[in-house]
Amino acid sequence: MTTPDGQEELEAQFAQWRQYVLRRRVLQPSDADELEDHLRGSVDELVAVGLSPDEAFLVAVKRMGGLDELSREFAREHSERLWKQLVLTADTGSPVADRRSRRDLWAMVACAAGAAASVKVPALFGLSFEHDGSFYARNLTLLALPWLAAFLAWRRRARRPVIAILVALFALGAVAANAYPLADKSQSVVVTSIHLPIALWLVVGLAYVADDWRSFRRRMDFIRFTGEWFIYFVLMALGGGVLAALLFNTFRAIGILPDEFTSNWLLPCGATAAVVVAGWLVEAKQSVVENIAPVLTRLFTPLFTAALLAFLVAVVWTSHGIDVEREALILFDLLLVVVLGLLLYSLSARDPLAPPGPFDKLQLALVVSALAIDVLVLVDITGRITDEYGSTPNRAAALGENVILLVNLAWSAWLLLTFIRRRTSFAALERWQTGYLPVYAAWAWIVVLAFPPLFGYV
Amino acid sequence: MKVAKDLVAASATPMVLGILAEGESYGYAILRRINELSGGELDWTEGLLYPLLHRLERLGYAESSWQSVTGERKRKYYRITDKGVAELAEQRRQWDTVMHALKEIWHDRLPLTVNPLEGPA
Repeated sequence: MTTPDGQEELEAQFAQWRQYVLRRRVLQPSDADELEDHLRGSVDELVAVGLSPDEAFLVAVKRMGGLDELSREFAREHSERLWKQLVLTADTGSPVADRRSRRDLWAMVACAAGAAASVKVPALFGLSFEHDGSFYARNLTLLALPWLAAFLAWRRRARRPVIAILVALFALGAVAANAYPLADKSQSVVVTSIHLPIALWLVVGLAYVADDWRSFRRRMDFIRFTGEWFIYFVLMALGGGVLAALLFNTFRAIGILPDEFTSNWLLPCGATAAVVVAGWLVEAKQSVVENIAPVLTRLFTPLFTAALLAFLVAVVWTSHGIDVEREALILFDLLLVVVLGLLLYSLSARDPLAPPGPFDKLQLALVVSALAIDVLVLVDITGRITDEYGSTPNRAAALGENVILLVNLAWSAWLLLTFIRRRTSFAALERWQTGYLPVYAAWAWIVVLAFPPLFGYV
Repeated sequence: MKVAKDLVAASATPMVLGILAEGESYGYAILRRINELSGGELDWTEGLLYPLLHRLERLGYAESSWQSVTGERKRKYYRITDKGVAELAEQRRQWDTVMHALKEIWHDRLPLTVNPLEGPA
């Protein structure tokens, strides 16, 4: 009765119906299997009484009733499914994905253990956290980030040339951190300790986009990854703090002081392992939990805009020039970084095809007010650039960053404006931001590699 | 005559446990059996049946297993557990009490399955 052709068509209809069912969050693949079997039973019976497969399918679907009601009933029994759960090895219902996520878990455990172990390796050579703080300040990220990069490269199945580049860059970082004769208290040590992590993080980015490093979409994914990674890391740090405090106080209650263990083992090993674990969590939960960074951005963009505008109004009202203390430039760098972060993370979560809306205007206001403040600051220090600024590695680095961020934000503001006036597409803004990533990397490497010799190792 | 929704819901658990006590079964067959037993008067939906089966499984009254039938088709079979048998006995005692009381009041000789259902109708 059923021609093979009709059967094929019926299978396509089942597949389509299944897709439709699986779109409901509360209905899982096993439920879809069960309901599909039910539907097939119903269709078989209708075909047996003489309906064509097509008609039988329609009637059977109709009999099953609306999916809305069905999923409402399922939700009453399985309310926990409305909260997407992150399980360590996602039970996706498909054995291939299960095996993959389990392999990921083991790779993560191996890399995290490697990171935790390597942070204790220098101790074998007599370097302790108390007495060799400067060594650890320069090298801590060198001990942790290669493991994160290794995990990501493994996950992306990076090709040999990419792996060679990653190894070379980490080796270069190790040279930059340790080859120069820097005194422990010198400014260059501080500058290197700040810029090396940035340079190395972008190396991690290279591992992240290993499969397609030219694609700006992949780079945007790395920006998303960075934001989520940071949030997960902070959450784990909070948890770790609670653990350390509890451990310390409970042991103290029985007369044992575990401060040696806490500060030499728990904190350093936990922190470096958390670097890898956070990376794995972001990878594993991509589809499970809504990204947090864009949500925070939405909350804070209006607040920061209001604060910056209030500051600008106060400056104009009191006609008080911004009195930049000698080291305060770094504060305004941080301000620009925050504004850039707000911009980036709302970009990362925006539907590129949506038309410009009020939030885009708010963002333009935020960027423009940050730019205005920064220009005031730069005007204030230009006069002193030759005598006071630029003469030490600290100030040169801070000034360089300020210029880099200013250029980025100025062009972003322009692109935002043209986007709001519907002259360009949103993609131009995305491309600009992702295309700018190598600039940060280049600057960080320049500071790390060229600044110490340039400034005579002060 | 259609049986009121509340009554369908109240009788759902003993009904399904009773059917499973006859032997292991699966969703579509259970629904067919209920239809057959009630002469089509009990209006069960998939939205009632499947969440109920999952609940019985969660409470430990039933256990399930996937078995393959013809080709690639998989079917989830449910089987009653000892705990489920005990629960069925308990529910049956309660229903017997209710039905007995109703019979006493109505003093008629209609078939048992229809008797308590006339209350809300």
